[in-house]
Amino acid sequence: MPKTFIISALVEHKPGVLYKVSNMFWRRGFNIESVAIGTAEQEDLARMTITIKGEEKDAEQLVSQLEKLIDVLKAARLDPQKAVIRELALIKLNASDPKIRSDIFHYVEVFRGRIVDVSPTSAIVEIVGSKDKIDAFINLTRDFGLMEVARTGETALIRGPESVRIDV
Amino acid sequence: MRMSGAKALVESLEKERVEVIFGLPGGAIMPVYDVLLDSKVRHILVRHEQSAAHMADGYARASRKTGVCMATSGPGATNLITGIATAHLDSSPIVAITGQVSTSQIGLDAFQEADMIGIASPVTKYSFQPRRVEDIPVTVKKAFHIASTGRPGPVLIDLPKDIQMDSAEVEFPMKVEVRGYRTDYKPDPEKIGLAAEILANSERPLILAGGGVILSDASEELQKVAETILAPVATSLMGKGSIPEDHPLSIGIIGMHGSKEANRLIYEADTLLAVGCRFSDRTTGKLDEFCPASKVIHIDIDPAEIGKNRCVDLAIISDAKMALEALYRALTKTLTEKKDTAWSRKLKEMKETNNVKTENSGRDLTPPKILKELRRVLPPEAIVTTEVGQNQMWASLYFKVLKPRTFITSGGFGCMGYGFPASIGAKTAIPNVPVVDVAGDGSFMMTENSLATSVTENIPVTVIILNNRMLGMVAQWQRLFYNRRYSAVSLGDVPDFQKLAEAYGAEGLRIGSVEEFSRAVKESLKSEVTTVIDVPIDPEENVLPMVPAGYSLKDVIG
Repeated sequence: MPKTFIISALVEHKPGVLYKVSNMFWRRGFNIESVAIGTAEQEDLARMTITIKGEEKDAEQLVSQLEKLIDVLKAARLDPQKAVIRELALIKLNASDPKIRSDIFHYVEVFRGRIVDVSPTSAIVEIVGSKDKIDAFINLTRDFGLMEVARTGETALIRGPESVRIDV
Repeated sequence: MRMSGAKALVESLEKERVEVIFGLPGGAIMPVYDVLLDSKVRHILVRHEQSAAHMADGYARASRKTGVCMATSGPGATNLITGIATAHLDSSPIVAITGQVSTSQIGLDAFQEADMIGIASPVTKYSFQPRRVEDIPVTVKKAFHIASTGRPGPVLIDLPKDIQMDSAEVEFPMKVEVRGYRTDYKPDPEKIGLAAEILANSERPLILAGGGVILSDASEELQKVAETILAPVATSLMGKGSIPEDHPLSIGIIGMHGSKEANRLIYEADTLLAVGCRFSDRTTGKLDEFCPASKVIHIDIDPAEIGKNRCVDLAIISDAKMALEALYRALTKTLTEKKDTAWSRKLKEMKETNNVKTENSGRDLTPPKILKELRRVLPPEAIVTTEVGQNQMWASLYFKVLKPRTFITSGGFGCMGYGFPASIGAKTAIPNVPVVDVAGDGSFMMTENSLATSVTENIPVTVIILNNRMLGMVAQWQRLFYNRRYSAVSLGDVPDFQKLAEAYGAEGLRIGSVEEFSRAVKESLKSEVTTVIDVPIDPEENVLPMVPAGYSLKDVIG
């Protein structure tokens, strides 16, 4: 049974690195569910959080293949039980009907989201949380006017003092 | 010191002690070629860039040095790719330098532009595109460091033309560090102890030696370990030569065209010590049924090779030489000397029975006879390269290699056209030993224009064409697995290789018997010019034994 793995990789923050990483996944036949990238604790480094679907035996091989790339300084699989995992989604909804509009406001509150933009006919909702939570919100609103979704993909850090980092 | 980018590049190469560059100029690399005129680095002009990469590769494999090839942007650079990919799959250290269009034109689909970093990434160990003159010396230093250390491989330096022409103050570093690159893998003493224990207690140990043994110069250590535990040594194609093939424990190569001994004994082994090999499909056959009864100990310098193809019981991430040295020490500490075991007696019997069998096909000029004769007339240190296909498999089955780095072949990529330019590269590196390319007619025709380089640059080699007027290996598969439906495999009687060789100023010979062959090879070794020996063979000749693709090693045909 394919499982979902989360990998945190510390990489050189320079042109071409994302290409090399994604190319490696493609070439080795791994399916990327999501990638989230941003500057890491050091300016010249970026952290990639990569979510992969695969077999248990693939996970270790994947980390080895990642670490083999010279632009990847460190990579490790994160245990979901011991990690903080978040995703951000911006969701644009059709809100021209006043009834639907009030429903949206209600749901956003339940999901601890925020309305970040409103127009006479639409609203943009920001939701931060687990992938499942965002999926649930999207499913809930799908029927009454889901217009557009933009998701960041999951980003994650290990809880506690342990970390995937290098010392300068 | 203030200098141009081109000058900085050439000086950096000189500081890496580069003696020779194989290449072909073009618009986007002309500033470098201009500087080369005043350099003591020898440039060898090829007729097609693919051959430049193969020559650099052959040079590297024969000499342990890093080979260098060079081309212009666009088509020149992409022509190198086949040779770079060949070096990549066989872990051969080369540095490829390509010109690139000027930085202001990159991305505009300029004349002769190709995204070389994008194209080369999957087939290089690393690729650089310096964008400032100041970065060139450190880039070159890093490139040679990455290419030659750890698991070796090809590195690309793609240099925009304006950066070659610009000038700046540059400094040449004495050493460099590459963040994120590790080569310091040393054997874990605990695991070595464990491996020694497993091997000492095994009744039927077998060693599988791969190209990594040759790359780390670990042949002597390998032999000592094998002799201590009386383990037969099979090699992968890339490992051929890691143990002298006339050694009593050598059982030849394993796999699709492996020896019967190797393919049979692997089924009975209770412990497999795999060193510097990656369990490729051509080596293992059907993976689920490969060494089903044995514990597997895997020594490799590349952590990503562990468990990639074959799950192992004990992995030792280390340079092969260091690991085998440590293993030998651990074994001699615990093991009382093994003199004779049921396993070693079995091996001996097996080899004796096989030796008694003589080929009696009636024909005179069979590939096995030719290759055995070739071994007889060549000194042990002679270097043999091969093309790809039947010629390669006949050579691997019947030509006994006695020293490491004397058998050079495209194992992983299986690149036709490799052997002849690789032989020129090898001869350039080691000019005082005979270099012979065992070729097929199909492969030789892919890079035969290297005859021009060989003759004009005065690098004499011997080419033996096992000429069956066929793309022989494809024909063999069509014969065996496609009901003799021959599709696009007949090459006809063209060209006349004797005349072709002469047209290039080389020597061409056609022979009709083993005696003539023997004489021709001996003469060619004395010749100051490249000799092409055309050996007509039966087009119906198969390479046997063989294991059909996807079958297990015990399903041997022939």
